[in-house]
Amino acid sequence: MALLEVENLEIAVSTQRNLLPVVQGVSFTVDENETLGIVGESGCGKSLTSLAIMGLLGTSPVRITGGSIHFDGMNLLALSERERRAIMGNRMAMIFQEPMTSLNPVYRIGDQIVENLRQHQNLSHAAARDRSVELLSLVRIPDPSERIDSFPHQMSGGQRQRVMIAMALSCDPKLLIADEPTTALDVTVQKEVLDLMADLQSRMGTAIVLISHDLGVIAETCDKVAVMYRGKIAEAASTADLFAELLHPYTRGLLNSIPVVDRDVEWLEAIPGRVPTLEETLTGCAFQPRCELATELCACEAPQTTQFKPGHSVQCHFAGQDRS
Amino acid sequence: MTDPLLRLVDLKTHFQTKGVGLFGEKKVLKAVDGVSFDIAQGEVLGLVGESGCGKSTVGRTLTHLEKTTSGQAFFEGREFLSMTPHKFRPLRREIQMIFQDPFASLNPRLKIEQTLGEPLFIHGLCKTWNEARSKIAATLERVGMDPKIMSRHPHEFSGGQRQRIGIARVMILQPKLVIADEAVSALDVSIQAQFLNLIKKLQRDSGMSMLFISHDLGVVRHISDRVAVMLAGKIVEIGDKHQIFEAPQHEYTRKLLNSIPRIAIGKEA
Ligand SMILES: Nc1ncnc2c1ncn2[C@@H]1O[C@H](COP(=O)(O)OP(=O)(O)OP(=O)(O)O)[C@@H](O)[C@H]1O
Ligand SMILES: Nc1ncnc2c1ncn2[C@@H]1O[C@H](COP(=O)(O)OP(=O)(O)OP(=O)(O)O)[C@@H](O)[C@H]1O
Ligand SMILES: [Mg+2]
Ligand SMILES: [Mg+2]
Repeated sequence: MALLEVENLEIAVSTQRNLLPVVQGVSFTVDENETLGIVGESGCGKSLTSLAIMGLLGTSPVRITGGSIHFDGMNLLALSERERRAIMGNRMAMIFQEPMTSLNPVYRIGDQIVENLRQHQNLSHAAARDRSVELLSLVRIPDPSERIDSFPHQMSGGQRQRVMIAMALSCDPKLLIADEPTTALDVTVQKEVLDLMADLQSRMGTAIVLISHDLGVIAETCDKVAVMYRGKIAEAASTADLFAELLHPYTRGLLNSIPVVDRDVEWLEAIPGRVPTLEETLTGCAFQPRCELATELCACEAPQTTQFKPGHSVQCHFAGQDRS
Repeated sequence: MTDPLLRLVDLKTHFQTKGVGLFGEKKVLKAVDGVSFDIAQGEVLGLVGESGCGKSTVGRTLTHLEKTTSGQAFFEGREFLSMTPHKFRPLRREIQMIFQDPFASLNPRLKIEQTLGEPLFIHGLCKTWNEARSKIAATLERVGMDPKIMSRHPHEFSGGQRQRIGIARVMILQPKLVIADEAVSALDVSIQAQFLNLIKKLQRDSGMSMLFISHDLGVVRHISDRVAVMLAGKIVEIGDKHQIFEAPQHEYTRKLLNSIPRIAIGKEA
């Protein structure tokens, strides 16, 4: 049994009138020592999926409407609030996409790290403070013993992100969900942060879910990849298999839109259009209005997940085909 | 010779810190410590550098969000850092900043249409809400959002969607100089590509200039004409983008270029 098993997860947003599905039939597993990358366009449900795993959807209008999430054999959706708190931030930790949503602007960052440490570990205040300084220097905050008394707004964007990373890594979690952990970091610091995560993994056998739109980061750090589009997994495979043969036209589109450092291009090959909003009801494939391969079939019938090759699944009527 | 659109001369922005030095003197953090560069009209200058090296502080100083310690900045030949808030007001529309943290920069209590519409009235670009709404709709469409979202609040959007709203808020004012602080780092690659194409087009059509702060070197190469590399409050290298990417001089620039994660595609991967 894998450490994390998400099966047929369904999440919906309730509006005044109805319940709109945001995540539909999402399944994946992550083993100990394994890193799963999740990529996909903005708004496709990556953050909501991770918040669901962490049990953080809470009282928002967004809620889980189906499926199951198991962590180390435990059904996370059936835990009491007390049981959940005991696991979160201790055996499971999350690095949030936007640092300012999880750092409290009115407290010094040191106090926030200390409190977080003491909640989960039996440490004196002084020991927790020493450990906090150590954590800040691990994520390469300069002058950590002074910067520990800074308020969040006194730190740069990347420094705030690193504070959150330090907090998430502090309790040696068995499962780490990192939602765009390095978006605000330059490539040299990014490399060090990814190394820290890899180090945690090799020490603790941590399972990591890495959400990123940087396909370069995904290619270099993940064992396997799930590509999400509008709440569903469009394509999933081991990293090697995925990049060896991109089956879904959406995955190819993502890759083609990246500007590369080694040469100049006049215009980037953007995927035309945008992800349909939740209100726009669709028949057929959600990617079809933007897809160059789309036919009549795609407009009326949503493709099912098929195993194109062992370990390489895809949701597309024309998987692996080129325009011609 | 005509003035460049923007000229920085030895700009310094220092922060007081709580710490005390060896001899009891107050310590300062020299976030920006002697930065000079020009941006011509219609030019995009990319600004890259280590996290915490002072990039955002440069942008925040230029938009009067931080106080300069010393140095000058000229917009179309006029020094503007020393201007009173009142004098600076007309320039606010011309110099716009897209912020790094989309959540912190949108007022959670305002509907999107208020966030985008109010500046239009403040700067006298619109007289009626009807007029404003059609401008808002067109701008949202351009950043890849459905105009119907106007009546919603920021918390209903994902990180990348909020960033697009932040971009729309700036673009709707048609400024002469945009300071884009990690404006695309929260965007997924396909919207990023649309956005970069859009910027390039806007910039060619309207002659808009940009200071483009980003750690994504592929993006910087694509969008910039020239590139400045910053380290610990100072510019260590500046030049034409081809020179920076193909013949980097400074050791830090070379280190940056070597740290980029790369993708190998196809069977030989
Ligand atoms: N509180 C909410 N109320 C209504 N809709 C919401 C809420 N939170 C999220 N959504 C919607 O759910 C969808 C999925 O959001 P999610 O944050 O999971 O996207 P994401 O894949 O993480 O995107 P990004 O890459 O931009 O962070 C989006 O369309 C968003 O607008
Ligand atoms: N209000 C403030 N008070 C004290 N120090 C500050 C303040 N704002 C920024 N700093 C410090 O100034 C330095 C430069 O910060 P800045 O935000 O300009 O960096 P940056 O280059 O934008 O970094 P990043 O890439 O991480 O966003 C950092 O060390 C930061 O901690
Ligand atoms: Mg997200
Ligand atoms: Mg910054």
